Amino acid sequence: MDEPSATGHQAGDTGDDDARASVMSVIETRGLTKRYRGGQLAVDGLDLTVPAGSVFGFLGPNGSGKTTTIRMLMGLIEPTSGTARVLGRPMPRSTRTVLPQVGALIEGPALYGFLSGRDNLLRYDAADPTADPRTRRTRVAAALDRVGLTAAAGKKARAYSLGMKQRLGLAAALLQPRRLLVLDEPTNGLDPQGMREIRSLVRELASDGTTVFLSSHLLDEIEQVCTHAAVMAQGRLVTQGAVADLAAGARGRLVVTTPDTGDAARVLKEQGVADVVITEDRVTGEPPEGELADLNSALVTAGVRVRGFGVERASLEDAFVALTGEGFDVAG
Amino acid sequence: MSQADIQAADGDVAAVRAPRPLWTFGLLCSELVTTFRRWRTLALLGVLAAVPILVGIAVKIETSDGSSAGRGGGGEGPAFIAQITNNGLFLVFTALAATLPFFLPMSIGVVAGDAIAGEANAGTLRYLLVAPAGRTRLLLTKYATTMAFCLLATLVVAGSALIVGALLFPLGDLTTISGTQISFAEGLGRALLIALVVAASLTGIAALGLFVSTLTNSGIAAMATTVGLLITVQILDQIPQLHALQPYFFSHYWLSFADLMRDPVYWDDLVKNLGLQALYAVVFGSAAWARFTTKDITA
Repeated sequence: MDEPSATGHQAGDTGDDDARASVMSVIETRGLTKRYRGGQLAVDGLDLTVPAGSVFGFLGPNGSGKTTTIRMLMGLIEPTSGTARVLGRPMPRSTRTVLPQVGALIEGPALYGFLSGRDNLLRYDAADPTADPRTRRTRVAAALDRVGLTAAAGKKARAYSLGMKQRLGLAAALLQPRRLLVLDEPTNGLDPQGMREIRSLVRELASDGTTVFLSSHLLDEIEQVCTHAAVMAQGRLVTQGAVADLAAGARGRLVVTTPDTGDAARVLKEQGVADVVITEDRVTGEPPEGELADLNSALVTAGVRVRGFGVERASLEDAFVALTGEGFDVAG
Repeated sequence: MSQADIQAADGDVAAVRAPRPLWTFGLLCSELVTTFRRWRTLALLGVLAAVPILVGIAVKIETSDGSSAGRGGGGEGPAFIAQITNNGLFLVFTALAATLPFFLPMSIGVVAGDAIAGEANAGTLRYLLVAPAGRTRLLLTKYATTMAFCLLATLVVAGSALIVGALLFPLGDLTTISGTQISFAEGLGRALLIALVVAASLTGIAALGLFVSTLTNSGIAAMATTVGLLITVQILDQIPQLHALQPYFFSHYWLSFADLMRDPVYWDDLVKNLGLQALYAVVFGSAAWARFTTKDITA
């Protein structure tokens, strides 16, 4: 077992050079396209770049091609055209060298119901030919502990709740130290406490240097943990970049809090504020170019009593709606 | 482990944990344990173990008045049934002859049909593949496990028959089909050889079932198709007009194992049977490989 010849340089020297050249991006796709046999175009010319060390949010309505993309990245689906590189190596050609360094949760957990939680993890670990059987039980115990399942480890997986299954799926992704974690809807089925735990787990992993690729339909979740994000709609990449830049791209809204909403709305319109909306004691609108203090002055001059005046920063959701022109829950 | 840790700590892309030849068999061990811990597998083995018990008890009851079993001559009932009352060892041959046409291949069809399709159905296939199990490795593991099940299923039938035969009937030297006497020890040896040949006879349908299993994402559909093919072939094998095709049916030479009870052993059909099984294993094994290694895993 201990023969020193067992080194990892199987891919050859050319592979190493390739790997170093693009080491800054953990995932890189060029024109990645998947057309299913029925002719349906699921992913259309995707150019995705996930920087190393980032927590990358992958957003899009249901049916926008997120899962197909993830499956192509994991070598489960062959692209119709285009290339995908994960950890600097081409997929699906390099699955044997790349995937041992990648933990994945794809489209929810899948478990053997007749096996206990612990035995499920032992089986998934045995499937990895680079996993040392001598440390298998210790690593499984550590993974179970990390997701808070130690107490339920001996229970049959079919008796698990959805949240427990989700945790066990996460544990399977954490059996080894990973360079990349691909998590598809990781907080699905979890209660708020569980969601918080997963978020802090993701932050903890990211601080250890693991790149996390996270798909979610919960925008505030992406906003809370992600450093970068990409938005997909109808198989195409709408935008990608740092979360702060994306949110900044959408303009904030001017908010005036006042008991005199009618007068305030009239004055704001006169001052060139577009899309004025009155809700209870708030009047909101798109801020015009120029000095906002002049607007406030105009309101006060017109006798409007102003309780609050300011611009609310745009959320990622506003950015998303602005980009895709639809609500987030609408199926594409 | 320490070596791997140091390499990983380097952060060098090339310093991947290397697969070790011995660790590769971890999946096979896991697969064997998982398969034989399933309630369904145990139920199939239980049914197979029950067949010799039923046959043994039936023969015992029928012959309790002193008459011999299978009175109408060799034409009625499975082979060797008439000799059981003289020697319990013949129950092994009778039980194998009774289960080989349907019970044994049906249980193989269930295990082989479920091999890939069942994992796809449960969604566990995608997690095995991203582990990464490797598609060829997973397929080989599944085929090896199915073969192990073939062997174990046959041995369960033979073992159960031997125990029941020893309990209900006398044991001793036996008479071969050719009429010569062989010792009980040699008879046991032949019984083991026959069990191995019967297990080998099932490799064809095992490969066929595995191929069907790569075509669908439904374990039930794959099992039903495999068992359906088995029944169809068994029926076609009975139609005289198809005699030109029949030598290519995987079940055509199955009962040739009885030739091992001749003295000297008549090898022609035995060799044809094993050759045919090897042909099926190669053809459908390759087809399963070609299909599975290029398939989009969408389940």
